[in-house]
Amino acid sequence: MFKSCAGAVALGSLLLSGAALAQEKIKVGVTATLEGTYTVLGEDGIRGHQTAINVLGKKVGDKEIEFIIASTDATPDSAVRAVRKLIEQDKVQILLSPLSGDEGIAVKNFAKTKPELTFINAASGAQETTYVDPAPNFFRYNMDGAQWQVGLGKYAYETKKYRKIATVGDDYSFIYTQVFGLVLEFCGAGGQVTNRQWVPLGTKDFASVIAALPDDVDAIYLGLGGADAVNFLNQYQQAGGKARLMGGSIMVDQTILSAKGNAKNALIGTIAASGQADTWEDPNWQKFVKAYQDAFPPAKRFPSPSLLATNYYGSTMALILALREVNGDLSNNQAKYREALSKIVLDAPNGKIKLDSNRQAIGTNFVTEVVDDGKGALFSKVVKVIPDVNQTLGYDPAVFAKIGLPSRTVPECKKY
Amino acid sequence: MTRFIERHPAWALILLIAVAVMLWLILAVWPPGLEEAIGRKRVFLNAVFNGITLGSLYFLVASGFTLIFGLMRNVNLAHGSLYLFGGYIGYAISTWTGSWVLGFIVAFLGVALLGVVLQIVVFRRMEGQDLRQTMVTIGLSIVFADLMLWVFGGDFYQIQTPNWLVGPIELPLVTAVKSSGEAVYLRYPMVRLVIFVAAVVIGIAMWLALNRTRVGMMVRAGVDDRDMLAATGVPIQLVFVAVFALGAGLAGVAGVVGGTFQSLSPGEDTRFLLASLVVVIVGGMGSIPGAALGALIIGLAEQLGSVYIPTYAIVVTFLIMVLVLALRPQGLLARR
Repeated sequence: MFKSCAGAVALGSLLLSGAALAQEKIKVGVTATLEGTYTVLGEDGIRGHQTAINVLGKKVGDKEIEFIIASTDATPDSAVRAVRKLIEQDKVQILLSPLSGDEGIAVKNFAKTKPELTFINAASGAQETTYVDPAPNFFRYNMDGAQWQVGLGKYAYETKKYRKIATVGDDYSFIYTQVFGLVLEFCGAGGQVTNRQWVPLGTKDFASVIAALPDDVDAIYLGLGGADAVNFLNQYQQAGGKARLMGGSIMVDQTILSAKGNAKNALIGTIAASGQADTWEDPNWQKFVKAYQDAFPPAKRFPSPSLLATNYYGSTMALILALREVNGDLSNNQAKYREALSKIVLDAPNGKIKLDSNRQAIGTNFVTEVVDDGKGALFSKVVKVIPDVNQTLGYDPAVFAKIGLPSRTVPECKKY
Repeated sequence: MTRFIERHPAWALILLIAVAVMLWLILAVWPPGLEEAIGRKRVFLNAVFNGITLGSLYFLVASGFTLIFGLMRNVNLAHGSLYLFGGYIGYAISTWTGSWVLGFIVAFLGVALLGVVLQIVVFRRMEGQDLRQTMVTIGLSIVFADLMLWVFGGDFYQIQTPNWLVGPIELPLVTAVKSSGEAVYLRYPMVRLVIFVAAVVIGIAMWLALNRTRVGMMVRAGVDDRDMLAATGVPIQLVFVAVFALGAGLAGVAGVVGGTFQSLSPGEDTRFLLASLVVVIVGGMGSIPGAALGALIIGLAEQLGSVYIPTYAIVVTFLIMVLVLALRPQGLLARR
C-alpha cells in the first residue's frame, strides 16, 4: 500500500515537473549544412551561433531557450525535411534556418504553411527568398547575394581598370544573385561580361571548365564555395592558371582562405565583396572576432570567423534580443514577437542592420582584397565600406523590378 | 577482335568510323568553320584528356570493386569508405614525411590491411549470403563515415603535389595556328598525365597478373566456378583474402590520387561508391577490361558534358547507365 502510494506520488511529481519544464523552455530549431559540399560552411555557421549564445546567454526572463540542431546538405528538400522534423518531432516554436540559397527559397515557401511559427533566416542569400512573394513570418537579418556584391563592380572598373570579365559560378540561386549584383554594377559602369559559365553544385573535376575559360579577359570572377572552390583552385594551380581573379562572398571567405594546402594562394590579391571584412578595425567587429576565437581552440575554428559564422551570429542575436524584448511572450501566434523582430535594429558585428517592409536586411557591405599576413594565413582586407545597402541596390523599385529575377542569363550586361 | 568484326560487321564499321573521327579531331588543325560550330580545339582537347584522366581515377576505384565482386560475389558497398580512408592516410603520411610516393605505399598497405581484416572478421562469416553481406557493408560504410568525420572533421584536405609535378607541360598536339604561322601546342597539367600513366600501368599489370600467372589462373578459375576450384585443393580462403586486400589497396591508392587532384572531405566516399557502381554496371560486373572501358566512357561523358551541355552534365552519366541496362543488361564487356 505504502509502496504504491509512494510510486503514485513520484509519478505525479514527475508529471508536474515535466509540465513546469515545458513552460520554462522556449524551443528553437536550427539547421546548418553539416553534410555535403558545404559542410565546412555549416560547421562555422554553428560556431557563430554558439558564440552568440556564449555572449548573450540563453535566459529570457525566467525562461530558457533550448536550441536543437538539424543537418542539411544544401539541397532544398533536405532543408524542408530538417525543418519538418524540428517542428513535428521536436516541437520547436521558432526556427533559425537555413544556410544556403536554394534552401532559403524552399523554407520560405514552407513557412507559409506554418503561419503560427516564426522563421528567422540563418544565412541564406538568394534574392527571391524575400523579394518575391515574401512570407509574413520569415525574417532575414543578412543581406542577399546581390547586396553582398555592391561596390565590387565599380571598384573593378574604376580602380583596377578591368574592362572585360568572365564569370564561373555554381549553378543555383545564391550565385545567380551574386552575379546579378556584380553584372548590374560592372556593366552599369561600362564594363563587359563576355561569358558566364555555370557548373553544378558539388562539381569535383573543374579541369575542363578551367580549359574553357576565355583568355581575352582582364579578370575572371569566381562564384564558387565550399569544396567546389577548393577543388577549382587546386586544379587551377595544376593547370598553371595565371589570370587575375575576382571573388564572390563565399569564395573569398575564411572557409576557403584557411583550407589546407597551398592552392588557396592563387587568391592573394583577389578583389571581392562581402557582408564582412576580416581585418575591419571597427571595435564591435574586433570584439566579435575575439569572442569567436576565445570560444574555440585554434584547431577547431578558423583564424577569423567566416561570413557564415557572422550571419549565424547576427540571426541568433536578433532571435534572442527580440525574445527578451517581449519577455518570451509567444502567445497569440507569436504576434508580439514578430512585431519586435521587424522593429529591431541590430548592432551586429558587421555594422548596423535593420529590416525593410519585406523583412529583408538593410546593412553594410565591404569591398575587400586578399592579403597574406606574412605567416601563411590569408585574410580579406577592407578596401571600401558601403553603408545602408538595400535590396534594390539603390535602384528605384520600379526600375529594379524591370530587370527581372536573377538567373543564368539575367541581368543583361547593360546600363539599367 | 576478328570474331567481333565477323559477327557484327555493321557495328564494327561504325566503331571504326567513330575512332577515325576522334583521331582526326585530336590530331588535325581544326578548320575555322568547325571552331565556330563547337568552340575552340583547346577546350575540346582538354575535355577529352580530362575525361581520360578522370576515367583512370574511376578505373582505380572500380577495378578493385569489380575484382572483389567477380571472385566473391560480394557487393562491397563500403568500397567508397576504403577510398576515403586511403586518401586520409595518404594525406597524413605525405604531410608528415613530405613524401608523396610514400603516401601511396602506406595508403595501399594500410587499406589492404583493413581489407584483410574485413574479409576475415566479417565476410568469411557470411559467405554466400549476398543480401546479408550487402546490408552489412552499408552499415559499415555509415560507421566508417562517422568515424572519419570524428577524426578528420568536415574540412577539405588536399594532398600536396610534389613540386616536380606542379604546373602544365606542353604536349606535341597542335591546338591552333597563329596568324604568323606559329603553332600553339596543348598545355596540360603534368600531375594528371602521371596519374593516367600510372593507372594504365596498374591496369596492364593486373591484366598480366590475372592472365599470365598461376595465382591469376586460380582467381580466374574461382570467378568461373568457386566450388570446383576449392575441390581441386586450392586454398580458396587465402585467394579470397589476397584478392580482397588487393581490391581494397587499389581503392586506397585511388584515394591518394583523388586527394591530389581533387580534394578529400566527408561525402566523397558515397560519391566514389556511386561512380564505381555506375562504371561496373556499364562495363560489366566482374570484368577488369569492362571496368577500364566503363571508367573511360563515364569519365569522358562527365567532362565533355560539363563543357558542351553544362546544365545536363549530371544526367548524361545516368543516361548512359540506363541505355546500357536497357540494351545490354550484363554490361558492355561481361562474359556471361
